Amino acid sequence: MNAPFYKFGLFGEDASLLVALFIGIGFGFFLERAGFGSARKLAAQFYFTDLRVFKVMFVAIVTAMLGAFWLSWLGLLDYTQVTVPSTYLVPQIFGGLVFGVGFVMGGYCPGTCCVAAATGRLDGVVHLFGMISGILIFGELYSFIEGFYTSTPMGRFTLPDLLQLPFGLTVFLVVLLALAGFAAAERLEKKFNPSGEIPS
Amino acid sequence: MSEPFATDHGVIVSDRAEPRPYMSPYLAGVGLGLVLLAAYVVMGRGLGASGAFTSFVAAGVETVAPAHARSNAFYTEYLGDPGTNPLKNWLVFEIIGVAIGGLISGMLAGRVRKEVEKGPRISVNKRLLFAFVGGGIMGIGSKLARGCTSGQALTGGAMLSVGSWAFMIAVFASAYAVAYFFRRQWL
Repeated sequence: MNAPFYKFGLFGEDASLLVALFIGIGFGFFLERAGFGSARKLAAQFYFTDLRVFKVMFVAIVTAMLGAFWLSWLGLLDYTQVTVPSTYLVPQIFGGLVFGVGFVMGGYCPGTCCVAAATGRLDGVVHLFGMISGILIFGELYSFIEGFYTSTPMGRFTLPDLLQLPFGLTVFLVVLLALAGFAAAERLEKKFNPSGEIPS
Repeated sequence: MSEPFATDHGVIVSDRAEPRPYMSPYLAGVGLGLVLLAAYVVMGRGLGASGAFTSFVAAGVETVAPAHARSNAFYTEYLGDPGTNPLKNWLVFEIIGVAIGGLISGMLAGRVRKEVEKGPRISVNKRLLFAFVGGGIMGIGSKLARGCTSGQALTGGAMLSVGSWAFMIAVFASAYAVAYFFRRQWL
Protein backbone atom coordinates (compact mmCIF):
# COMPACT_ATOMS: atom_id res chain seq x y z
CA MET A 1 0.00 0.00 0.00
CA ASN A 2 1.31 3.39 -1.03
CA ALA A 3 -0.70 5.98 0.82
CA PRO A 4 -1.74 8.76 0.42
CA PHE A 5 -2.99 7.31 -2.88
CA TYR A 6 -3.61 10.67 -4.57
CA LYS A 7 -0.13 11.98 -3.76
CA PHE A 8 1.38 8.83 -5.29
CA GLY A 9 -0.61 9.36 -8.49
CA LEU A 10 -3.04 6.43 -8.20
CA PHE A 11 -5.81 8.61 -9.63
CA GLY A 12 -6.17 12.05 -11.17
CA GLU A 13 -7.86 15.33 -10.29
CA ASP A 14 -11.28 14.51 -11.77
CA ALA A 15 -11.49 11.27 -9.77
CA SER A 16 -10.38 13.20 -6.67
CA LEU A 17 -13.52 15.33 -6.92
CA LEU A 18 -15.64 12.17 -6.81
CA VAL A 19 -13.65 11.08 -3.75
CA ALA A 20 -14.38 14.52 -2.25
CA LEU A 21 -18.11 14.00 -2.74
CA PHE A 22 -18.06 10.59 -1.02
CA ILE A 23 -15.85 11.73 1.86
CA GLY A 24 -18.18 14.72 2.28
CA ILE A 25 -21.21 12.40 2.42
CA GLY A 26 -19.53 10.39 5.21
CA PHE A 27 -18.60 13.60 7.03
CA GLY A 28 -22.11 15.05 6.80
CA PHE A 29 -23.70 11.73 7.77
CA PHE A 30 -21.78 11.45 11.02
CA LEU A 31 -22.21 15.16 11.84
CA GLU A 32 -25.99 14.68 11.65
CA ARG A 33 -25.84 11.36 13.57
CA ALA A 34 -23.91 13.16 16.31
CA GLY A 35 -26.69 15.72 16.68
CA PHE A 36 -24.72 18.56 15.10
CA GLY A 37 -27.56 19.54 12.79
CA SER A 38 -29.22 21.02 15.88
CA ALA A 39 -28.02 24.36 17.26
CA ARG A 40 -29.55 23.55 20.65
CA LYS A 41 -27.43 20.39 20.88
CA LEU A 42 -24.31 22.29 19.85
CA ALA A 43 -24.92 25.24 22.19
CA ALA A 44 -25.60 22.89 25.14
CA GLN A 45 -21.84 22.30 25.20
CA PHE A 46 -21.32 25.83 26.53
CA TYR A 47 -23.87 25.44 29.34
CA PHE A 48 -22.47 22.03 30.43
CA THR A 49 -25.81 20.26 29.84
CA ASP A 50 -24.63 18.10 26.91
CA LEU A 51 -20.90 17.90 26.20
CA ARG A 52 -21.15 16.01 22.92
CA VAL A 53 -19.29 18.66 20.93
CA PHE A 54 -16.22 18.01 23.03
CA LYS A 55 -16.70 14.23 23.07
CA VAL A 56 -17.30 13.83 19.33
CA MET A 57 -14.42 16.15 18.39
CA PHE A 58 -11.90 14.49 20.66
CA VAL A 59 -12.90 10.92 19.79
CA ALA A 60 -12.60 11.88 16.11
CA ILE A 61 -9.18 13.50 16.64
CA VAL A 62 -7.90 10.50 18.63
CA THR A 63 -9.28 8.01 16.07
CA ALA A 64 -7.71 9.76 13.07
CA MET A 65 -4.47 10.47 14.95
CA LEU A 66 -4.03 6.84 16.06
CA GLY A 67 -5.01 5.53 12.62
CA ALA A 68 -2.45 7.74 10.87
CA PHE A 69 0.19 6.90 13.50
CA TRP A 70 -0.29 3.14 13.22
CA LEU A 71 -0.51 3.13 9.41
CA SER A 72 2.70 5.13 9.17
CA TRP A 73 4.36 2.87 11.79
CA LEU A 74 3.42 -0.15 9.65
CA GLY A 75 4.95 1.59 6.64
CA LEU A 76 1.61 1.84 4.82
CA LEU A 77 1.17 5.62 4.98
CA ASP A 78 3.84 8.22 4.21
CA TYR A 79 3.07 10.63 7.05
CA THR A 80 5.18 13.42 5.54
CA GLN A 81 2.88 13.46 2.48
CA VAL A 82 -0.21 14.29 4.56
CA THR A 83 -0.80 18.04 4.60
CA VAL A 84 -0.44 19.72 7.99
CA PRO A 85 -1.96 23.23 8.08
CA SER A 86 0.81 25.80 8.53
CA THR A 87 0.85 27.55 11.88
CA TYR A 88 0.39 31.33 12.09
CA LEU A 89 0.14 31.40 15.85
CA VAL A 90 -1.17 34.87 16.79
CA PRO A 91 -3.80 35.30 14.02
CA GLN A 92 -4.98 31.73 14.69
CA ILE A 93 -5.47 32.38 18.40
CA PHE A 94 -7.24 35.68 17.66
CA GLY A 95 -9.32 34.03 14.92
CA GLY A 96 -10.31 31.30 17.39
CA LEU A 97 -11.47 33.89 19.93
CA VAL A 98 -13.60 35.61 17.28
CA PHE A 99 -14.88 32.24 16.03
CA GLY A 100 -15.98 31.21 19.55
CA VAL A 101 -18.24 34.28 19.86
CA GLY A 102 -19.77 33.48 16.48
CA PHE A 103 -20.31 29.87 17.57
CA VAL A 104 -22.37 30.75 20.69
CA MET A 105 -24.22 33.56 18.93
CA GLY A 106 -24.92 31.81 15.63
CA GLY A 107 -25.25 28.30 17.03
CA TYR A 108 -23.33 26.46 14.31
CA CYS A 109 -19.91 26.13 12.76
CA PRO A 110 -19.28 26.24 8.98
CA GLY A 111 -19.75 22.48 8.44
CA THR A 112 -22.65 21.96 10.82
CA CYS A 113 -24.67 24.87 9.39
CA CYS A 114 -24.69 22.98 6.04
CA VAL A 115 -26.10 19.90 7.78
CA ALA A 116 -28.66 22.06 9.64
CA ALA A 117 -29.69 23.79 6.40
CA ALA A 118 -29.97 20.44 4.56
CA THR A 119 -32.25 19.05 7.29
CA GLY A 120 -34.62 22.03 7.22
CA ARG A 121 -33.30 24.27 10.01
CA LEU A 122 -33.98 27.88 8.93
CA ASP A 123 -31.49 29.28 11.42
CA GLY A 124 -28.88 27.06 9.75
CA VAL A 125 -29.69 28.61 6.36
CA VAL A 126 -29.47 32.12 7.82
CA HIS A 127 -26.21 31.27 9.62
CA LEU A 128 -24.79 30.05 6.30
CA PHE A 129 -25.60 33.33 4.56
CA GLY A 130 -24.20 35.27 7.52
CA MET A 131 -20.96 33.31 7.24
CA ILE A 132 -20.69 34.03 3.50
CA SER A 133 -21.19 37.75 4.27
CA GLY A 134 -18.45 37.58 6.91
CA ILE A 135 -16.01 35.99 4.47
CA LEU A 136 -16.89 38.71 1.91
CA ILE A 137 -16.21 41.42 4.52
CA PHE A 138 -12.87 39.77 5.30
CA GLY A 139 -12.01 39.61 1.60
CA GLU A 140 -12.91 43.26 0.96
CA LEU A 141 -10.88 44.42 3.99
CA TYR A 142 -7.99 42.07 3.18
CA SER A 143 -5.49 44.83 2.34
CA PHE A 144 -5.89 46.19 5.88
CA ILE A 145 -5.77 42.73 7.51
CA GLU A 146 -2.99 41.16 5.43
CA GLY A 147 -0.12 42.22 7.73
CA PHE A 148 -1.75 40.63 10.78
CA TYR A 149 -3.05 37.63 8.80
CA THR A 150 0.47 36.67 7.69
CA SER A 151 2.19 37.44 11.02
CA THR A 152 3.97 34.86 13.24
CA PRO A 153 4.43 32.27 10.45
CA MET A 154 5.84 29.01 11.83
CA GLY A 155 5.31 26.60 8.92
CA ARG A 156 4.67 22.90 9.61
CA PHE A 157 4.98 23.09 13.38
CA THR A 158 3.63 20.21 15.44
CA LEU A 159 3.19 19.40 19.13
CA PRO A 160 6.21 17.00 19.11
CA ASP A 161 8.31 19.91 17.76
CA LEU A 162 6.95 22.26 20.42
CA LEU A 163 7.29 19.86 23.35
CA GLN A 164 10.57 18.35 22.10
CA LEU A 165 9.08 14.89 22.63
CA PRO A 166 9.08 11.80 20.39
CA PHE A 167 6.06 11.56 18.05
CA GLY A 168 4.76 8.31 19.60
CA LEU A 169 4.94 9.67 23.14
CA THR A 170 3.04 12.83 22.12
CA VAL A 171 0.32 10.66 20.56
CA PHE A 172 0.11 8.65 23.80
CA LEU A 173 -0.15 11.85 25.89
CA VAL A 174 -2.97 13.18 23.68
CA VAL A 175 -4.86 9.89 24.20
CA LEU A 176 -4.41 10.19 27.99
CA LEU A 177 -5.56 13.81 27.88
CA ALA A 178 -8.65 12.81 25.90
CA LEU A 179 -9.52 9.97 28.31
CA ALA A 180 -9.20 12.34 31.29
CA GLY A 181 -11.35 14.84 29.38
CA PHE A 182 -14.10 12.25 28.74
CA ALA A 183 -14.17 11.27 32.44
CA ALA A 184 -14.43 14.95 33.41
CA ALA A 185 -17.16 15.52 30.79
CA GLU A 186 -19.29 12.66 32.18
CA ARG A 187 -19.01 14.10 35.71
CA LEU A 188 -19.86 17.64 34.57
CA GLU A 189 -22.94 16.41 32.71
CA LYS A 190 -24.19 14.56 35.79
CA LYS A 191 -23.69 17.71 37.85
CA PHE A 192 -25.30 20.24 35.47
CA ASN A 193 -27.94 18.01 33.92
CA PRO A 194 -28.73 15.14 36.33
CA SER A 195 -31.90 14.09 34.47
CA GLY A 196 -30.00 13.76 31.20
CA GLU A 197 -32.80 15.49 29.33
CA ILE A 198 -32.27 17.63 26.29
CA PRO A 199 -32.40 21.27 27.37
CA SER A 200 -34.89 23.18 25.28
CA MET B 1 -40.08 2.59 7.17
CA SER B 2 -43.12 4.84 7.02
CA GLU B 3 -45.45 1.84 7.28
CA PRO B 4 -48.09 2.65 9.89
CA PHE B 5 -48.63 0.03 12.53
CA ALA B 6 -51.26 -0.58 15.21
CA THR B 7 -50.50 -0.31 18.89
CA ASP B 8 -52.22 -2.55 21.43
CA HIS B 9 -54.75 0.24 22.03
CA GLY B 10 -55.73 0.13 18.42
CA VAL B 11 -54.31 3.58 17.67
CA ILE B 12 -52.60 3.91 14.31
CA VAL B 13 -49.22 5.55 14.68
CA SER B 14 -46.34 6.00 12.32
CA ASP B 15 -42.73 5.53 13.33
CA ARG B 16 -42.13 8.83 11.59
CA ALA B 17 -43.89 10.74 14.33
CA GLU B 18 -40.98 10.63 16.80
CA PRO B 19 -37.47 11.40 15.57
CA ARG B 20 -35.01 8.70 16.56
CA PRO B 21 -32.46 9.59 19.28
CA TYR B 22 -28.97 10.71 18.26
CA MET B 23 -26.06 8.32 18.10
CA SER B 24 -23.75 7.94 21.09
CA PRO B 25 -21.24 10.82 20.82
CA TYR B 26 -18.35 8.37 21.26
CA LEU B 27 -19.57 6.18 18.39
CA ALA B 28 -20.27 9.18 16.13
CA GLY B 29 -16.77 10.44 16.96
CA VAL B 30 -15.22 7.16 15.82
CA GLY B 31 -17.22 7.39 12.57
CA LEU B 32 -16.09 10.96 12.00
CA GLY B 33 -12.50 10.02 12.82
CA LEU B 34 -12.55 7.16 10.29
CA VAL B 35 -13.87 9.53 7.59
CA LEU B 36 -11.01 11.92 8.41
CA LEU B 37 -8.51 9.05 8.34
CA ALA B 38 -9.88 8.00 4.94
CA ALA B 39 -9.22 11.53 3.67
CA TYR B 40 -5.61 11.33 4.93
CA VAL B 41 -5.04 7.90 3.38
CA VAL B 42 -6.79 8.43 0.04
CA MET B 43 -6.04 12.13 -0.55
CA GLY B 44 -3.21 13.11 1.79
CA ARG B 45 -5.32 15.97 3.10
CA GLY B 46 -8.11 16.47 5.60
CA LEU B 47 -11.63 17.84 5.78
CA GLY B 48 -12.82 21.44 5.49
CA ALA B 49 -15.85 23.68 5.32
CA SER B 50 -15.04 27.40 5.48
CA GLY B 51 -12.62 27.02 2.55
CA ALA B 52 -15.46 25.85 0.29
CA PHE B 53 -17.48 28.97 1.11
CA THR B 54 -14.45 31.13 0.43
CA SER B 55 -14.33 29.60 -3.06
CA PHE B 56 -18.00 30.55 -3.51
CA VAL B 57 -17.29 34.12 -2.34
CA ALA B 58 -14.19 34.50 -4.54
CA ALA B 59 -16.07 33.12 -7.57
CA GLY B 60 -18.98 35.47 -6.88
CA VAL B 61 -16.74 38.52 -6.59
CA GLU B 62 -14.94 37.55 -9.80
CA THR B 63 -18.26 37.27 -11.64
CA VAL B 64 -19.39 40.73 -10.51
CA ALA B 65 -16.05 42.55 -10.63
CA PRO B 66 -13.30 40.48 -12.35
CA ALA B 67 -10.53 43.09 -12.15
CA HIS B 68 -11.30 43.84 -8.51
CA ALA B 69 -11.13 40.14 -7.59
CA ARG B 70 -7.90 39.59 -9.52
CA SER B 71 -6.20 42.50 -7.73
CA ASN B 72 -6.87 40.96 -4.30
CA ALA B 73 -4.31 38.37 -3.12
CA PHE B 74 -6.86 36.74 -0.82
CA TYR B 75 -9.35 36.07 -3.64
CA THR B 76 -6.72 35.00 -6.19
CA GLU B 77 -5.54 32.25 -3.84
CA TYR B 78 -9.01 30.72 -4.16
CA LEU B 79 -9.53 31.62 -7.84
CA GLY B 80 -6.52 29.71 -9.14
CA ASP B 81 -5.10 30.41 -12.58
CA PRO B 82 -7.16 32.60 -14.93
CA GLY B 83 -9.43 30.46 -17.10
CA THR B 84 -9.88 27.71 -14.51
CA ASN B 85 -13.20 27.28 -12.73
CA PRO B 86 -12.74 28.15 -9.02
CA LEU B 87 -15.72 25.92 -8.16
CA LYS B 88 -14.02 22.85 -9.62
CA ASN B 89 -12.38 22.46 -6.26
CA TRP B 90 -11.95 19.60 -3.77
CA LEU B 91 -13.58 21.36 -0.83
CA VAL B 92 -16.53 22.58 -2.92
CA PHE B 93 -17.34 18.98 -3.92
CA GLU B 94 -16.76 17.84 -0.35
CA ILE B 95 -19.18 20.42 1.11
CA ILE B 96 -21.88 19.36 -1.39
CA GLY B 97 -21.31 15.84 -0.05
CA VAL B 98 -21.69 17.12 3.53
CA ALA B 99 -25.16 18.48 2.75
CA ILE B 100 -26.15 15.21 1.01
CA GLY B 101 -24.77 13.05 3.85
CA GLY B 102 -26.52 15.18 6.47
CA LEU B 103 -29.78 14.92 4.57
CA ILE B 104 -29.46 11.10 4.25
CA SER B 105 -28.81 10.69 7.98
CA GLY B 106 -31.60 13.09 8.89
CA MET B 107 -34.12 11.33 6.63
CA LEU B 108 -33.20 7.87 7.96
CA ALA B 109 -33.79 9.13 11.51
CA GLY B 110 -36.93 11.17 10.80
CA ARG B 111 -35.20 14.38 11.82
CA VAL B 112 -35.76 16.44 8.65
CA ARG B 113 -38.25 19.18 9.45
CA LYS B 114 -38.70 22.91 8.90
CA GLU B 115 -37.75 24.43 12.21
CA VAL B 116 -35.85 27.24 13.90
CA GLU B 117 -33.51 25.93 16.60
CA LYS B 118 -33.81 28.14 19.70
CA GLY B 119 -34.61 28.24 23.38
CA PRO B 120 -38.13 29.10 24.62
CA ARG B 121 -37.29 32.66 25.72
CA ILE B 122 -36.34 34.25 22.39
CA SER B 123 -38.46 35.18 19.37
CA VAL B 124 -37.90 33.57 15.98
CA ASN B 125 -36.87 36.89 14.37
CA LYS B 126 -34.34 37.64 17.07
CA ARG B 127 -32.91 34.12 16.81
CA LEU B 128 -32.52 34.50 13.04
CA LEU B 129 -30.81 37.89 13.50
CA PHE B 130 -28.39 36.27 15.97
CA ALA B 131 -27.77 33.40 13.51
CA PHE B 132 -26.90 35.88 10.75
CA VAL B 133 -24.63 38.12 12.84
CA GLY B 134 -23.05 35.11 14.60
CA GLY B 135 -22.48 33.45 11.23
CA GLY B 136 -20.79 36.64 9.99
CA ILE B 137 -18.50 36.86 13.04
CA MET B 138 -17.66 33.18 12.57
CA GLY B 139 -16.87 33.74 8.89
CA ILE B 140 -14.36 36.45 9.77
CA GLY B 141 -12.85 34.36 12.59
CA SER B 142 -12.45 31.31 10.35
CA LYS B 143 -10.58 33.36 7.76
CA LEU B 144 -8.24 34.93 10.36
CA ALA B 145 -7.47 31.43 11.61
CA ARG B 146 -7.13 29.93 8.09
CA GLY B 147 -9.82 27.36 8.75
CA CYS B 148 -12.61 26.29 11.03
CA THR B 149 -13.58 23.41 13.28
CA SER B 150 -13.18 21.04 10.30
CA GLY B 151 -10.01 22.26 8.62
CA GLN B 152 -8.17 23.36 11.75
CA ALA B 153 -9.57 21.67 14.87
CA LEU B 154 -10.24 18.19 13.40
CA THR B 155 -7.80 17.95 10.49
CA GLY B 156 -4.89 19.90 11.97
CA GLY B 157 -5.68 18.67 15.48
CA ALA B 158 -5.26 15.00 14.56
CA MET B 159 -2.03 15.88 12.71
CA LEU B 160 -0.89 17.60 15.95
CA SER B 161 -0.46 21.04 14.37
CA VAL B 162 0.34 23.65 17.04
CA GLY B 163 -1.72 26.36 15.30
CA SER B 164 -4.75 24.04 15.12
CA TRP B 165 -4.57 23.21 18.84
CA ALA B 166 -4.13 26.89 19.71
CA PHE B 167 -7.18 27.70 17.55
CA MET B 168 -9.27 24.97 19.19
CA ILE B 169 -8.40 26.05 22.74
CA ALA B 170 -9.17 29.69 21.81
CA VAL B 171 -12.58 28.71 20.36
CA PHE B 172 -13.66 26.87 23.52
CA ALA B 173 -12.23 29.55 25.85
CA SER B 174 -14.02 32.37 24.05
CA ALA B 175 -17.31 30.48 23.64
CA TYR B 176 -17.41 29.67 27.37
CA ALA B 177 -16.46 33.26 28.22
CA VAL B 178 -19.40 34.78 26.31
CA ALA B 179 -21.97 31.96 26.79
CA TYR B 180 -23.51 33.76 29.76
CA PHE B 181 -24.52 36.73 27.59
CA PHE B 182 -26.34 34.50 25.09
CA ARG B 183 -28.10 32.27 27.63
CA ARG B 184 -31.53 33.72 26.79
CA GLN B 185 -31.15 32.43 23.26
CA TRP B 186 -30.63 28.81 24.30
CA LEU B 187 -31.88 28.10 27.84
